[in-house]
Amino acid sequence: MEQLFELRSPEDTTRFAETLAPLLNAGDIILLEGPIGAGKTHFARSLIQALLPEPEDIPSPTFTIVQVYDGPDCEIWHSDLYRLGHPDEAIELGLDEAFEAAICLIEWPDRLGDLLPASALSMTLETSGDDTRTARLTWSDPAWTPKIEGVAL
Amino acid sequence: MSDLTILGIESSCDDTGAAIVRGTAGNARVLSNIVMGQAELHAAFGGVVPEIAARAHAEKVDLAVKQALSEAMVSLSEVDAIAVTAGPGLIGGVLSGVMCAKGIAAALGKPLVGVNHLAGHALTPRLTDGLTYPYMMLLVSGGHCQFLIVRGPDEFIRVGGTIDDAPGEAFDKVARLLALPQPGGPSVEARARDGDPKRFRFPRPLLDREGCDMSYSGLKTAVLRARDEVMTDNTLTAQDQADLCAGFQEAVTAVLAEKTRRALRVYMELNPSQPMIAVAGGVAANQAIRAALTTVAEEAGAGFTAPPLKLCTDNGAMIAYAGLERFALGETDDMTLQARPRWPLDKKSAPMIGSGKKGAKA
Repeated sequence: MEQLFELRSPEDTTRFAETLAPLLNAGDIILLEGPIGAGKTHFARSLIQALLPEPEDIPSPTFTIVQVYDGPDCEIWHSDLYRLGHPDEAIELGLDEAFEAAICLIEWPDRLGDLLPASALSMTLETSGDDTRTARLTWSDPAWTPKIEGVAL
Repeated sequence: MSDLTILGIESSCDDTGAAIVRGTAGNARVLSNIVMGQAELHAAFGGVVPEIAARAHAEKVDLAVKQALSEAMVSLSEVDAIAVTAGPGLIGGVLSGVMCAKGIAAALGKPLVGVNHLAGHALTPRLTDGLTYPYMMLLVSGGHCQFLIVRGPDEFIRVGGTIDDAPGEAFDKVARLLALPQPGGPSVEARARDGDPKRFRFPRPLLDREGCDMSYSGLKTAVLRARDEVMTDNTLTAQDQADLCAGFQEAVTAVLAEKTRRALRVYMELNPSQPMIAVAGGVAANQAIRAALTTVAEEAGAGFTAPPLKLCTDNGAMIAYAGLERFALGETDDMTLQARPRWPLDKKSAPMIGSGKKGAKA
């Protein structure tokens, strides 16, 4: 299944993330794709901030690979796998367990190889024009359908 | 006060480090400083292949400690306390270090001192230059970028910082965008020397806003956009590449300089007896930025120092020194010391929130 959203500004992306955030549950995984500067971290930061009971620093995970936050119902994992050398390292990081128990936002998910979870929502940010982004959402797990419909409304 | 000998262990990110530091608070020297890293390897792969596995740290940490002791010609029995990074960082790595430190402390019956990794960076100018409190610190290591007023070994006031990417990260990502080798800092700086900083007018994020907070994520996007505009047939001329580097570096420099000016204003209001700003981290190695910050410090009436890069990247010596300061105050930890993935230095100041904030909720 696929759905496109046009995001006309960084603020639009923020609103989009804030609408999606409360619909997420433990075990939901969002794979963020798109080139550098597409707004992957911006989207993730907005979504995490919307879930946190109190505002917190949300640093870029590029250097630390994973940043974990305590959400209201479960942990939120924000990871940037760009620096990962081998998919096995994702297991060392505990990502496979987080896939079950946390809300996971994964940048550069192609580094996961065979470990890519089939139940994940894939969100590809494409640049079109100056500040406009097209978010292409694709999924095969039907559990995502009502959530995406919830955002589209 | 008599000299203390401290073993320091650091394993919170890519590198595993161990060091011996001897002396007193504000007057200590590094006897040995072993860092087992992979920087050379990273460059060869164009990207960075981190030592993320706890196991990799665990395998190396014992060796690093052993080597640190032998190089310092110090035996474990001469060590007064074991200092270890207890966070923030990659939890697996931090755990490996904490476990090792606990093991040594328990076996020898020596005190254990947990150290905040960022405090290690922030106290480094006390180790290298013997700065007196309070001093101003611009910490730009790895993924961090913040202004701290350091008033004591455990007293930090954050006056500002990045709300998204750190400048070092922006350099790395701009290098990626422009097909330059990693790490991005030196390669972007080298290309910028041949470029015209005026050709591309990049934004100065948050410059129009009050305070000392910074933002570098949008600047990276601006570079991307400018690159796409000048590329023909998916190729970038050498001149375009140099001009983009020069324009980007100038924007980073301008923002850092102005925000430093403001941070120094806050600091100088404390009437420090020996006003100093220390800049620690890879960004201090950039000559253009360093020159700009030196000028800003002079104008504010503060001295400028940048500790040697070897002590600004992750290392055990800064942990040993920060542990020394804590230990000298009688502060130690017991076997319940826990590894903490996040551990802000200044819990009191408001968090730095990016544009993804929820509004004025807090």
